Amino acid sequence: MEFVEAVIITIITASTPLLLAASGELVVERAGVLNLGVEGMMIVGAACGFAGAYMSGSILVGALCGILAGAALSAVFATLTLGLAANQVASGLALTILGVGLSGLIGAPYVGQKIQGAAQLHIPYVSDIPFVGRVLLGQDGFVYVSIALIIAIWHFLYRTRAGLVLRAVGDNHASAHALGYPVLRIRALAVLFGGACAGLGGAYLPLAYTPFWVSGMTAGRGWIALALVVFASWLPFRLMIGAYLFGGITILQLHAQAFGLGIPSQLMSSLPYLATIIVLVAISWVRGRAGSPAPASLGLAFVPDR
Amino acid sequence: MRLALERRGERSLAIALLSPLLAIVLTLATGAALFWLLGKPPVAALKIYFLDPLIDPWSLQEIAVKATPLVLIGIGLAMCYLANAWNIGAEGQFLIGAITGGWVAVATHGTDAGYWVLPAMLILGALGGAAYALIPALFRVRFGASEILTSLMLVYVAELLLDWLTRGPWRDPKGFNFPTTAEFDAVATMPTLIEGSRLHFGAIIALLVVIGATIVLGRTLKGFEIKLVGAAPRAARFAGFSDKTLTVVTFAISGALAGLAGIIEVSATVNHLQPNISPGYGFTAIIVAFLGRLHPVGILIASLFLALTFIGGESAQIALKVPLDLTKVFQGILLFYVLACDTLILYRFRLITAPKVAHGVR
Repeated sequence: MEFVEAVIITIITASTPLLLAASGELVVERAGVLNLGVEGMMIVGAACGFAGAYMSGSILVGALCGILAGAALSAVFATLTLGLAANQVASGLALTILGVGLSGLIGAPYVGQKIQGAAQLHIPYVSDIPFVGRVLLGQDGFVYVSIALIIAIWHFLYRTRAGLVLRAVGDNHASAHALGYPVLRIRALAVLFGGACAGLGGAYLPLAYTPFWVSGMTAGRGWIALALVVFASWLPFRLMIGAYLFGGITILQLHAQAFGLGIPSQLMSSLPYLATIIVLVAISWVRGRAGSPAPASLGLAFVPDR
Repeated sequence: MRLALERRGERSLAIALLSPLLAIVLTLATGAALFWLLGKPPVAALKIYFLDPLIDPWSLQEIAVKATPLVLIGIGLAMCYLANAWNIGAEGQFLIGAITGGWVAVATHGTDAGYWVLPAMLILGALGGAAYALIPALFRVRFGASEILTSLMLVYVAELLLDWLTRGPWRDPKGFNFPTTAEFDAVATMPTLIEGSRLHFGAIIALLVVIGATIVLGRTLKGFEIKLVGAAPRAARFAGFSDKTLTVVTFAISGALAGLAGIIEVSATVNHLQPNISPGYGFTAIIVAFLGRLHPVGILIASLFLALTFIGGESAQIALKVPLDLTKVFQGILLFYVLACDTLILYRFRLITAPKVAHGVR
């Protein structure tokens, strides 16, 4: 029982950075913008988050630094793809290349340093209840933020007028424009929100997952987050299930490596990437002729005619 | 009053040629600001980074050596991007080419195998890269899975495969536990062009590929098909061209070229397999393809410039004590500026003053 409890807790911590980054990207894509720079924004968020927490001694300041860094990078992307109607795929790649380089520059002075990781919630007596208390009420603050974020996004998209407008912009930007909605402004706000979420997801890694900075520590999580959005059919709650499934795969391969089953560790390490490919293929195949539920204007540039 | 984009009547040829130059100038200006932020003298730093390598004969050769894989990969990627197929996993195809080609060298090591070894390596390297690129292409056309994400995921898988091979089954037992294969034999080594230099025969192969690609894209039906499917997919369908076939074909070509680049790099400069054989050529080549306007000759010039950023980054690391990651920052900024300047080919800026509201006019 204790082992199962420990596994579930580690699965939740492994899933949280994916969930944070992917929920931001879900909103971005619902507005019709494909930002492939999630990996770049996450890694810069991780470097800035660690730097902020190291200098201030506060996890909260670190998280804010990560959020701001992610949003700042996404502002560059928004300028390029929305202001200048540049190709979104190529701009996203540029953002990732730039982000990986920048994170190295920012993180260089902090290699080998340690911080006190984020504290876990502890309500006297309640959090000590075996299993239920530990799993539900003994997590770090980021975990609760990520779950609240998903609920808030669902509410925003399906229960508010602004969310309806955002979905309209993503499904048919020309019609939304004709109805008088400011397509580019809505998209810019969505992109900034996505950047902030990716930055927070990246910052989670050095602030709570492993309390130090390693260059390249996101290790493709930004790309997996992008795949999760496709897997989730752009639906918030399905995104949560997907993120926990992928966190599960990451943790199971780590435990399998620890058991030393005689399987090469590299093969186990490649499982999350292989699983991403298999899931993408399976989900696309299952949908088949029904057509993709992707927002219809996803990835297309929009230039208002006047 | 605000600034808005307005579509030009036709593509501006002058700006199409000028925009890469403008992008480079803007990158240099941003670079100066970046050096200033890092507390280094901007002008002197830029000179060390971008100018000094150009007046040193050894560095000039090294630029050609580093440009070789960039040209090969960049041309393959350009064919994909022209056809609207998004292969971003060239880094993985590069590594697989190095592995499949390198296998011949590992298997024949210490035997008296003849001069067929190097050609066999090159062919197997290209085939390996092509096969690896076909995975995302077939998943795309058969199941509709995003080739962007699958090709990128396969980069991580290829890195782990190379890591396993060089630490496990292929490790040199006499290598003091270092994760490398045995040094390649003479017959498995790419000959140099001039005795004692690092410039190797692979540069000639890259130039031949530039010429070949120029002819294919400019003078053949296949080249026209590639450009048409990308530029006007609807018209291409009416003309009977299949975008699915073309996705597979362009992915196979670019995978083959990336794999060839991988085995050339390993047989010419590294001379054995080890976990890290590429400073990210597969990703840098994406920038090369765009900076070179997706044209083979442009790509040749662009690859020389990006090779310069690698060399300059190394000398700046030594002379200025700046992290090597600065190279990636410059490369990312450069791609941003290229994409931004490209907007001016199709659009012009127009200052829009607030429209006057006419009252009472019907």
